[in-house]
Amino acid sequence: MPEARGATLEVDNVTLAFGGLKVLRGVSFAAQAGSVTALIGPNGAGKTSMFNCISGFYRPSAGTVRLDGQDISRVKASSRAALGMARSFQNIALFRGMTVLDNIKLGRHAHLRTNLLQGLLHLGPAAREEEALRAEIERKIIDFLEIDHIRNKPVAMLSYGLQKRVELARALAMQPRILLLDEPVAGMNREETEDMARFILDVKDEWGVTILMVEHDMGLVMDISDHVAVLNFGAKIAEGRPEEVQNDPHVAEAYLGSGDPAALMRRLHAEESAA
Amino acid sequence: MIIGTAKETYRADEALLTTRPQQVWMAVLLAGLAVLPFTFNAYWTYLACLVLINVIAATGLNVLTGFTGLVSLGHAAFMAIGAYTVAWLERDIGTPLLLNLLAGGLLAAGIGVIVGLPSLRVKGLYLAIATIAASFILHFVFVEWTAVTGGSAGISLQPGTVFGVALVDYTQLYWLIMPICVLMVTGAANLFRNRIGRAFIAIRDRDISAEVLGIPILRYKLMSFALASFYAGVAGGLWAYFFRVVTPESFPLLTSIFLLAAVIVGGMGTILGGVIGALFMTLVPELLRFGVELLGPVIPNAGLILSPVRTIVFGALIVGFLVFEPQGLTEIVQRIRRFFRLWPFRT
Ligand SMILES: Nc1ncnc2c1ncn2[C@@H]1O[C@H](COP(=O)(O)OP(=O)(O)OP(=O)(O)O)[C@@H](O)[C@H]1O
Ligand SMILES: [Mg+2]
Repeated sequence: MPEARGATLEVDNVTLAFGGLKVLRGVSFAAQAGSVTALIGPNGAGKTSMFNCISGFYRPSAGTVRLDGQDISRVKASSRAALGMARSFQNIALFRGMTVLDNIKLGRHAHLRTNLLQGLLHLGPAAREEEALRAEIERKIIDFLEIDHIRNKPVAMLSYGLQKRVELARALAMQPRILLLDEPVAGMNREETEDMARFILDVKDEWGVTILMVEHDMGLVMDISDHVAVLNFGAKIAEGRPEEVQNDPHVAEAYLGSGDPAALMRRLHAEESAA
Repeated sequence: MIIGTAKETYRADEALLTTRPQQVWMAVLLAGLAVLPFTFNAYWTYLACLVLINVIAATGLNVLTGFTGLVSLGHAAFMAIGAYTVAWLERDIGTPLLLNLLAGGLLAAGIGVIVGLPSLRVKGLYLAIATIAASFILHFVFVEWTAVTGGSAGISLQPGTVFGVALVDYTQLYWLIMPICVLMVTGAANLFRNRIGRAFIAIRDRDISAEVLGIPILRYKLMSFALASFYAGVAGGLWAYFFRVVTPESFPLLTSIFLLAAVIVGGMGTILGGVIGALFMTLVPELLRFGVELLGPVIPNAGLILSPVRTIVFGALIVGFLVFEPQGLTEIVQRIRRFFRLWPFRT
């Protein structure tokens, strides 16, 4: 049922500075429709800043962000949801006091039509819209992400891994064509990580959504990405298929300070078995 | 004893009152409201009207402060706008009462949007100060624009009429105020069953995420200001029909503080909170006054000596509730509810 076709995202020569600190230096890459693209790099490389540029929180001092060929650099952050852009945050940004269900419902906000007057009356249109929304969330999202046992729980009571899953659920409720995930498996145990990997692949395959993710877990990146871009100190230092990037000496250098790919491989294996 | 509630359809799950006890209590409350003027004397009917007017205003402020997270200390000024609008329309135009109330609400809402504009940039105490400043400007207008407001002397009204009935005594007024109050509180409760109210809460809790979800923050903040001011405007309009005189001193800063206290004491961010808060803030001083009167035969000059004590006790009660029940009085109701939901299996 891939009703929402994935969007293509092109980042072109994006530059961002805070005062004198250059956080992004002319970065370009693309996330192809219906693929998984990973953005990796050491801490402080500028990955989250790039996400903030793409979702409209930061305004790049130069460069453009294009969605399906259309320049969206001037589009307000709150208007990008309606264009099919959804994201999750590195530090979970759920509404902690609300239930899981209300959090997910909020994801659909931009697609709902109830206005203030209809909202006050909550008759006819508003009530129908809510019922349809509820039914669809139950059928498509809650079942899919296996969170039916927690739908009425306040988010604050949930484990970290479940919260990340609820954040994915909320992003999916936005009917996205592209999904930005900032460290979707950070702090998860192995089982939770495997679940999340399965969900991400299912979202790609079944929903046809383009996925752009930032992730430090190299095992996950190598397993599920179609394309990888590497940032270091705000500049893109490599790009390509996972195995190409893995063997790139520049990448190894960025991560380890040496140019030795074998050392990187050893570290990756160590990380994988530790996770 | 109700252990868990099996939901058959999502419709039942999305209803305003989801459990049987909730429905029963609501029926009891509505029945009580319907028989109140027949069972109590004019004084209690008068008090009931006052409570209901404050419930409308506090519910509006609760939407703004409790649900959207925007503190306002200018709420009384919007009541004044509603009251003056009604008084002016009655005196100079002669439009029907219900239309006047609507006009009072809408004008207050329009001005509320303007007063709410700073909320994009400032929050918390700064916003509170900005709203106080706005209410001082409005006070100045009420005093100086004599052609419309009657200056310091204000405007006196003839009794209003609805469907040919003149609203002279408190029972007649009650039948105007009570249904409007019930409708408006229901409306506010409804909001939080759909996307509008959810957006308000989202902005209060985490405005960055709200933006990512496609919620235009400024528009919703202004909507919340408009709505809160509309409620205040209607409450002020009813106040004008109730007291039949409006002056610049009818709605002092103290009224704004009174309403904010009602929301906080009752419980921010729950509809019941605004209702209970307004009830508490309006009735407790009266009950304390009764208490002092009862002491009259025992202590000579009780009224004179104890009236400052009354104020102190009222203040202490508020502080006490804030300390021991920081979630507001609704929390007590919730606790009682939880008790009976599980009783007698767990206590
Ligand atoms: N709002 C800001 N103001 C000033 N500096 C900032 C701001 N946001 C980020 N930076 C700086 O930009 C650089 C890149 O930060 P960013 O959060 O994008 O890194 P990251 O690649 O996501 O790192 P991590 O893997 O640790 O999450 C850092 O040096 C950070 O201190
Ligand atoms: Mg980051």
